[in-house]
Amino acid sequence: MWRYVIRRLLELIPTLFGLSLAVFLFIHAIPGDPARLVAGQDASQADIAAVRVRLGLNHSLPVQYLYFLKNAVHGEFGLSYRQQVPVLQVVKEHFVPTLVLSVSAILLAFLLGVVAGVLAATRRNSWFDLSVTTISATGISVPSFFLGILLIYLFAVTLHWFPVTGSTSLRGLVMPTLSLALAPLATIARFVRSSFLEVAGEDFVRTATAKGLGYAAVTYKHALRNALIPVITMTGLQFGFLLGGAVVIETVFNYTGLGWLLIQSIGFRDYPVLQVLLLIFALEFMLVNLLVDLTYGALDPRIRYG
Amino acid sequence: MASVAGVAPLKERRGHDLWRRFRRHRSGMVGLVLTSVFVLMAVLGPLVSPYDPAQADYLHVNAGISAAHWLGTDNYGRDIFSRTLVGARYSLSIGVLATAFSSLIGSIWGLLAGYLGGWFDALSGRITDIMLAFPGLLLAIGIIAIAGPGFRNVIIATTIFGIPIFARLVRGSALALKERAYIEASEALAASSARIMFLHVLPNILAPILVYITLRIGTVILIAASLSFLGLGVQPPTPEWGAMLSEAQLYLAIDPLMAIAPGVAISVAVLGFNLLGDGLRDVLDPRIR
Repeated sequence: MWRYVIRRLLELIPTLFGLSLAVFLFIHAIPGDPARLVAGQDASQADIAAVRVRLGLNHSLPVQYLYFLKNAVHGEFGLSYRQQVPVLQVVKEHFVPTLVLSVSAILLAFLLGVVAGVLAATRRNSWFDLSVTTISATGISVPSFFLGILLIYLFAVTLHWFPVTGSTSLRGLVMPTLSLALAPLATIARFVRSSFLEVAGEDFVRTATAKGLGYAAVTYKHALRNALIPVITMTGLQFGFLLGGAVVIETVFNYTGLGWLLIQSIGFRDYPVLQVLLLIFALEFMLVNLLVDLTYGALDPRIRYG
Repeated sequence: MASVAGVAPLKERRGHDLWRRFRRHRSGMVGLVLTSVFVLMAVLGPLVSPYDPAQADYLHVNAGISAAHWLGTDNYGRDIFSRTLVGARYSLSIGVLATAFSSLIGSIWGLLAGYLGGWFDALSGRITDIMLAFPGLLLAIGIIAIAGPGFRNVIIATTIFGIPIFARLVRGSALALKERAYIEASEALAASSARIMFLHVLPNILAPILVYITLRIGTVILIAASLSFLGLGVQPPTPEWGAMLSEAQLYLAIDPLMAIAPGVAISVAVLGFNLLGDGLRDVLDPRIR
């Protein structure tokens, strides 16, 4: 097990290098002189030259990359163009709201998705099954920001149950979570349904029934456990999409998380912050995929780590 | 000539057979109808729209549903029905163009990686890993942050965003085919790599590519609308659905139709491509999921 974990971590290294290179080049791909941007609109040539030396922009690109890596290891990503404070300090306060939002959305999507999928599969072709399949086909197609706007109209503007936008309190979390959870919920429900139907037709399930196990034991112990294994992978992938979706939903609800900060930073052309945000989102996604692979093995004893 | 005459009806029958099976696929047919309506809207919309979508009318601002304005008017007095109708053109052209480019580039890339293998495959695997490491629409957002917003840059961003997905799909399928006897036979006959890739491997993986293309158009429409909604895509006053929704959010309390019309339009268009893609997948290849 530990050998497998270490091997997977080692395998991440080349991708990490590539990722750091991509994120490093990102800031250089932007048209315009970064030194001029930092120095400000009415800086003199001498000021710009001084900034260029201070930021290390006078070195060649490969040397700059090495400096970038060295600083990145120390958690130094320069100053925010807009606020003139270290980037990590800017990013830090927006991290927890996004974590809370995305984790609650994926938990909601996973739990409801599994329940709806299993119920639909065990009552195949019933009205419940039909409504689950119809709602999930629709749920995948409705843009999350449109759902968010509909929820705002219904529950905030018309019924006044929830604050309209701009709140990271528990009550303010309800509508963003629902909007963000719909697409993964629909995908997971659909996937659980088909995975469950597939497993339920396999020999070992028939054997379990034949040896006299009750319906509940067969359904929930034998079939569900095996049907859930691919669902875990699917949920991990969905968590990735959800991180991307958070950018849009946080903007709709004015929810001050990382996604909201990302859009703000684009507006203010605050590239160092943008650079770190892209890195954080990608790292988070890679970490989730790693966790998924490890969970996979814990659930399925057939998978041997080696 | 006899062999040609013998082949043609066989192909015809196969197409006929597929259509007969597809016709019985209920949700697939719903998808075909929805996407056809969407395409018609995009092609004919500007010709049949009752009003100029850009024409403001300050005397009738945020007017509700009436005989003159079927879906009311927006905050500038522009006809919401006309704007929604014309908006189909932007979503469809972004969806189709970006998917065409990314499937073309991605497929060639995937074929090369899968068939040639070696260092090229290893390197391209790393590159797709890095591109896919950015979750959801973040890669597209990053590209827009560099290139700036606008119609053309949305197509570029969504194209790049889709390339690794096609590359990975085609590479996997090409690898699986590589070991088949008829590929080995062509190799034994000293056929060139290019000939084998394009004449033998590619035709046999067209079915999954076609399914992916259909589903992908829906995804690209969704991503493009999200970018425009965030102010990173097509800019107002262009009647692009995502841009219309972002304007509508400010007037939600007084004119919800401003949001509902483009929102429903995006949802139905995406639903159409998703249902059509699922239907095609069931008919073309029941094994792939």
